[in-house]
Amino acid sequence: MSFDIALFLTQDGLTNGAIYALMALALVLVFAVTRVIFVPQGEFLAYGALTLASLEAGKLPGTIWLLLALGILAFLFDLPGLLRQRRARAALQSATWNLAVPLLIAALVYVMATEQTARPVQIALTCALVVPLGPLLYRVAYQPIADAPVLVLLIVSVALHFALSGLGLLLFGAEGVRTAPFSDASFTAGALVVSGQSLWVYACSVVLMALLYLFFDRTLYGKALRATAVNRIGARLSGISTVFAGRASFLLAASIGVFSGVLIAPITTIYYDTGFLVGLKGFVGAIIGGLISYPLAAAGALLVGLLESFASFYASAFKEVIVFTLIIPVLLWLSLRTHHDEEEE
Amino acid sequence: MPDALLEASLVSVAYGKVRAVQEVSLRVAPGTVVSVIGANGAGKTTLLCALMGLLPCTGGVRYAGEDVRELTTERRVARGLSLVAERRELFGSMSVHDNLLLGAFHRRRDPATHADLEAVFERFPRLRERHRQQASTLSGGERQMLALGRALMARPRLLMLDEPSLGLAPLIVHEIFRIVRELKDNGVSILLVEQNARAALQIADYGYVLETGAMALEGPARELEHDPRVVETYLGLGGKEDRERRTRGHGGVDRAGS
Repeated sequence: MSFDIALFLTQDGLTNGAIYALMALALVLVFAVTRVIFVPQGEFLAYGALTLASLEAGKLPGTIWLLLALGILAFLFDLPGLLRQRRARAALQSATWNLAVPLLIAALVYVMATEQTARPVQIALTCALVVPLGPLLYRVAYQPIADAPVLVLLIVSVALHFALSGLGLLLFGAEGVRTAPFSDASFTAGALVVSGQSLWVYACSVVLMALLYLFFDRTLYGKALRATAVNRIGARLSGISTVFAGRASFLLAASIGVFSGVLIAPITTIYYDTGFLVGLKGFVGAIIGGLISYPLAAAGALLVGLLESFASFYASAFKEVIVFTLIIPVLLWLSLRTHHDEEEE
Repeated sequence: MPDALLEASLVSVAYGKVRAVQEVSLRVAPGTVVSVIGANGAGKTTLLCALMGLLPCTGGVRYAGEDVRELTTERRVARGLSLVAERRELFGSMSVHDNLLLGAFHRRRDPATHADLEAVFERFPRLRERHRQQASTLSGGERQMLALGRALMARPRLLMLDEPSLGLAPLIVHEIFRIVRELKDNGVSILLVEQNARAALQIADYGYVLETGAMALEGPARELEHDPRVVETYLGLGGKEDRERRTRGHGGVDRAGS
């Protein structure tokens, strides 16, 4: 292999690796706070990309119906508790967040979808449509069984993945999409051509990670989420609600997912089921970080991106096999290095 | 009798089929210190966890005139009920400062939290010295102080303390009990659960004795201190021979509170 090819492969690997790193961070976050291994994390990437593509084409994105339906479902889930407690404020809150806000977003998208809108507006609408799905899914799928063993939560995640990927096919169809790049610029450094979009991916990932760091290190809400991850009982005794922490972590995970989808849609063709593989590669990265360390997870995900890139050059038929085989030595190493402590239950 | 701040009536808690607490009733009047003493495994911690909403229970739990059985732990904290757990339940990998700050999470929009943080540092100068350190690096006594400080940041009306003296040096135990007394003088009601029966009864206005999950005795703390059954089992005032005889009498299990 010549140096030029290596350079090209590295660049390609880093671009994908940055997206995997964002997936890995979201997975670590959700697992640490809620103990959920969030298999459908990648679906948010796909939904983000597909929603943006619909808006770009001037079509009404199918996500609008999903948002409304999930909102109604979440409200119905709240209803028995509301009827029992008879607290007007709680009822109003539930109705606002589950019914009024989704309806407002849907109405906004309905009006703006067929208009010619600028790129940033489309991205904003995409976020408004897809991000609320995160907390709503938490409400419907995980909150009722928040204290269940990790295995049960994992099984629910797998079920949710199949449901979301099926719904993706229903809402967006089977065709793949590719959105317009953020910039057509490309830069030449020697033999290496770096596309403007790759630079966007790098810059946005770095900024997003820095923002996440600041959020967890500096803000009280970020600290509350960390506290929940460190000591669930301690957090509850400090008045940090597990429901709040769960919803907040799903909100963040969904935001990261949608954002990644928007970033990667101009580079890769996204199908309704693309998200799963991307999420899975993020998961391999997260496992390298032991599902606890954010920096290690991000580094692991970059490694996955690079490995994938070089593997596709040497043995493209075995690209995925090589990437997923990586998990075996990593697990062996982790099991040798750490004392096996039974999970608290 | 004035309205109780906390009133538990016929509370039972079961772990599977094992009933750890059976039909226990207790009340804490405002501004008083109430102690629950009992041997290891009598169900004291279980009872507190149930009152705090960490464990499901049957029976009635009323706090400040409100039925709180439906409320989550977090809601109870917001209402002014705080628990310093036996295992302290600190945020080990976070700084002392952040641990304290999170204690006031439910009143995060209250500007007075800064003054409260200052007051906690005032009360526990050790914590101020170590405010940047990770909680997991603290000594046992400092951890207890941090757990207490964190609970105080919530501005509790009723503070429940689970074995605050457990595993601590006598000097620190003394300090902790001095603080409990101070808190009482500031109008905080206290429900104290202790194996250290002597100290617990000395500080209390009213006391309960929990034995194998059920209330065996109750009464004003001054009377309990002199109740022969309490003296016999928990205070161990008798001489050495006395204790040995008792040990044999209980089938080799020394139940004298240590």
